[in-house]
Amino acid sequence: MRRRALGVGFACLLLLLALPAVAGADTLDAATNEAGSKLGANVPINTMWVLVTAFLVLFMQAGFALLEIGFSRGKNVGTGIAKILVNLSIAAMCYYAVGFAFAFGTGSSEGDLIGTTGWFLQGFGDPQQAFFPNGLGLSDATIESKWLFQFAFCAVSLAIVWGTTLERIKFGAYVIYAIVFASLIYPIGSHWVFGGGWLQSNLGMQDFAGSTAVHLIGATGALAALLLLGPRKGKYGPDGRPRAIPGHSMPLAGLGVLILFIGWFGFNPGSTLNATDGRFGEVAFVTLLGATGGVLGAFGATMLKQRTIDIGMVANGMIAGLVAITAPSGYVEAWAAPIIGLIAGLIVVFSIIAIDKKLDDPVGALSAHGMAGIWGTVSCGIFTAPRLAEYNAFGEPGLVYNGSFHQLGTQALGFTVVFAFVFVASFATFFLIKKTIGLRVSEEQEDAGLDIVEHGMYGYPEQFIPAPEIGAGSVGPAAPAYSPGAVSPAGSTATAMTASEGAPA
Amino acid sequence: MKMIVAYIRHEAFEPIRQDLLDAGFPSLSISEVKGSGRQKGITEHYRGAELAIHLRPKLKIECVVDDEAKSLVVETILRHARTGSVGDGKIFVLPVEEAVRIRTGEAGDEVLQAHPENSEVPA
Repeated sequence: MRRRALGVGFACLLLLLALPAVAGADTLDAATNEAGSKLGANVPINTMWVLVTAFLVLFMQAGFALLEIGFSRGKNVGTGIAKILVNLSIAAMCYYAVGFAFAFGTGSSEGDLIGTTGWFLQGFGDPQQAFFPNGLGLSDATIESKWLFQFAFCAVSLAIVWGTTLERIKFGAYVIYAIVFASLIYPIGSHWVFGGGWLQSNLGMQDFAGSTAVHLIGATGALAALLLLGPRKGKYGPDGRPRAIPGHSMPLAGLGVLILFIGWFGFNPGSTLNATDGRFGEVAFVTLLGATGGVLGAFGATMLKQRTIDIGMVANGMIAGLVAITAPSGYVEAWAAPIIGLIAGLIVVFSIIAIDKKLDDPVGALSAHGMAGIWGTVSCGIFTAPRLAEYNAFGEPGLVYNGSFHQLGTQALGFTVVFAFVFVASFATFFLIKKTIGLRVSEEQEDAGLDIVEHGMYGYPEQFIPAPEIGAGSVGPAAPAYSPGAVSPAGSTATAMTASEGAPA
Repeated sequence: MKMIVAYIRHEAFEPIRQDLLDAGFPSLSISEVKGSGRQKGITEHYRGAELAIHLRPKLKIECVVDDEAKSLVVETILRHARTGSVGDGKIFVLPVEEAVRIRTGEAGDEVLQAHPENSEVPA
């Protein structure tokens, strides 16, 4: 039954993917050929910038994989790799077919609810004018490079969702939610915030690279999943107090965070979609100050709160600083960035400790992406500089410049609307998954670990299977054959002794 | 024949091994074990939550010797493993019925002897 359903699914997918072949020639080729000339001088430069940053953002998938794996126990590590690869691929197909059209297609009017052109990246008209007046119209980079960049964002947002669900969710839930998320939830939410939708165009909400549109959307999906999923077995003692379930590798988690850090220099500076206006260096500078502010904030908070420097907390502090500076990175002056980051670092530590009392969030996604995402969005209403509000042409300067709470209110309304929409849509999706195929593995499967249950093999086989059982043969360096005098500690025979401690002499 | 089983602190092992080797007792086995005793566990902190660890890592030494050598081995272990603090470990002495050297098949007390310098051992 399950196999037949899978077979039918794949057949439908193949048919669907053949659709664009019917639609005819590539629009970009048609437009340039008709004009009879090459692309403008700035087009290759801007395209190059958008592509380079898209690749950096795609590299963030490695960061999410390592972060989640490091924060998991050793029996649930292989599943993280399988999940990232399958999720990324499903999201690519969905975003290609419909997601991009919903997010950036031109709707009935400016400031609409959903885009309606550009299915399979076809039929959007002149590529130089395509997706104008929506967010992408600001740049003349070729449309395929813009698609890659925006898809990478969608994949980041989806990766954030699973942070709360580690070590107990069924693999099938990844597959189904990924389809809904990359086809509908993320495209619609991001259309409102930076695809020229009503929050951006009508209300003037400011979100340069997606504190709300990417990070809060992901964290909201994570919250919906977590509420239906429940905590890991053993997370809360009989007295209801939270117990630590330490991740198996802080070095892997730390490497993940540093990869995300580097990837963010595609995320924020790339959101200029434009190299020729020279803004991207300033955005990168602001991003770095925000990230490092986040580390210092978390470092201070964890010292105050625990008197130890919690490795995971400092790592989350960097993520929180980056998430918070994402929305304001194109709107604030450099002086505001360390302040925004530092506050995000403080928020993330106290938020993780508070949330941990009731909700089991193994990587801290709700705090690092959710709470910091909200703070980043709100911080635009405080710190947005007049010259940058004018340059980006969305919203007004922040509180510190004009003493008005107007932009602050817009930001608050913006993130609340997006949160409500994504939460309802995600909760409904996960609820249906729970009622049909089930959301959570059985208790025995959770004990055994997802690697062996869902994937048939451990991520670290040597740790769980005795060496003789996997044909490992002799372990340790070979000792030289015994010779009389080995009892003497002098000479080379002594080395053999230490190398074969425990072996019968 | 007696088997001496000792649970000790990791750092005590190396001087014990050296002294037993010098005294002519090269044969022993060790295992990494975790156990509890009067030494209390420790509380670890991870992301704001506490984790009480009740089992502490120790090293287990197993060594089979002649009845006469028993006290020498026990004293050697005591000399190096005792710090005077809770958590130094324990020594158990068990009777052993039989001993066989696998390489040669020889059995009995002979198996426990360290090889004299002049004995014939195939290379």
